[in-house]
Amino acid sequence: METLSVEHLLGIKNLTQADIELIFKTADEFKAVINRPIKKVPSLRDITIANLFFENSTRTKLSFELAERRLSADVINFASGSSSVKKGETLLDTVNNILAMKVDMVVLRHPNPGAQIYLSKKINAKIVNAGDGAHEHPTQALLDAFSIREKYGEVKGKKIVIVGDILHSRVALSNIFCLQKLGAEVMLCGPATLIPKYAHTLGVKIEHDLMKALEWCDVANMLRIQLERQDTKFFPSSREYVMQYGLDLNKLNSLSKEITIMHPGPINRGVEISSEVADSNQSIILNQVENGVAIRMAVMYLLAAKINR
Amino acid sequence: MEPRIIIESVEFNLILKRLAYQLIENHGDFSNSAIIGLQTKGVLLADRLKKELDKILPKANILCGALDITFFRDDFRRGSKPLVANTTKIDFIIENKNIILIDDVFFTGRTVRAGLDAMLAFGRPASVELLVFVNRRYKRHLPVQPTYIGKTVDSVDSEKVKVEWSDEEGKDQVVLYKTEN
Repeated sequence: METLSVEHLLGIKNLTQADIELIFKTADEFKAVINRPIKKVPSLRDITIANLFFENSTRTKLSFELAERRLSADVINFASGSSSVKKGETLLDTVNNILAMKVDMVVLRHPNPGAQIYLSKKINAKIVNAGDGAHEHPTQALLDAFSIREKYGEVKGKKIVIVGDILHSRVALSNIFCLQKLGAEVMLCGPATLIPKYAHTLGVKIEHDLMKALEWCDVANMLRIQLERQDTKFFPSSREYVMQYGLDLNKLNSLSKEITIMHPGPINRGVEISSEVADSNQSIILNQVENGVAIRMAVMYLLAAKINR
Repeated sequence: MEPRIIIESVEFNLILKRLAYQLIENHGDFSNSAIIGLQTKGVLLADRLKKELDKILPKANILCGALDITFFRDDFRRGSKPLVANTTKIDFIIENKNIILIDDVFFTGRTVRAGLDAMLAFGRPASVELLVFVNRRYKRHLPVQPTYIGKTVDSVDSEKVKVEWSDEEGKDQVVLYKTEN
């Protein structure tokens, strides 16, 4: 029986190419399910899933919750802002208290890189990483690669440039791992201050000129400038950033070929990407959101298959 | 024990023809009926039956779909059944139609139970019938019975009944295997 090689989804780094392909194959069928009149299957009706979000999230949280409900799982939600974490409870205590309510799977977003890895060694539940600091965001990378596969038929051989705030981005790292495992070429593009020093060790190309990067690529994944994670100035002004790295219709139309535009959201319209580009035919941003539900259904379905009671 | 052929090619094709005529007897020109094969082997049977029906009713446009039950199984996490689903392809409206679900071998009834569930995600049919090529007796887990039967076979638990197809295995036949326990 085909099954995942891992017990938890902690990051793309731990997955094999076969794991990613299994997730995609399963997500293909779930995508068909969520486009039917009745968008639900009973597979996880005896599974309880806790969504623990220690950081703000809109689409990821909604997408996970919808995926869980489409699989018929029981769902409980937790947001750190309104919880006992404010009273000084540790992560492990919080999670253990939730697990005492017989929870089988935990979807965790946490500001500290590695929080999920730590928990996976301490608790007896399947863990899905929904973002850990600036480390990994595996389901986002899976849905990004799945959307590229949907658009082009395969990911192998495609050229993808990730533009913007690479330094503070968990999406970037997971995307690099995922795309490389599937045989794509990856380039990072942004101001030198926002490209991590270790980037050259990841086997990616680095380019500081946006137009050169766009001419090279088939797909441009435009990242948001994460002002909330920046404790110092990384570029002189937003205006200068927009001029150099913001993608508008003029830049897009001046290219010698048609490229595909992606964005993991939330979009800062007029900063990394203009409204016209975000809403253009070349943008697959809303396809990414739809595919997110199918990918998350596939991940949780495949992990739940490994639960033994 | 050597595999034993329990239905040979000639009888196999006679059964297919008979099932096609039985369907026409109940569904006329199929104007409000559709056949749906259960993935994976039921789809092969549905395709062959559609060919037989097309020969007899060349003017009828018989609707034929494929339904996968993987996500509707009642043994998820309990066995070694495949996790990855096959494609479901039902490109017609089943609401208020008379549906004939089709599978190759009928044994415990659990696949058909899951099939009924999976089908309801596409709407509410007027009626549902079940057609099977081989009906294995003595091992029903659920109160489900086929409407149309190719042939009823008596076999024990440790045996496996396999319907083989000329375009898949090279020959139309039904074979009884003794499995190693």
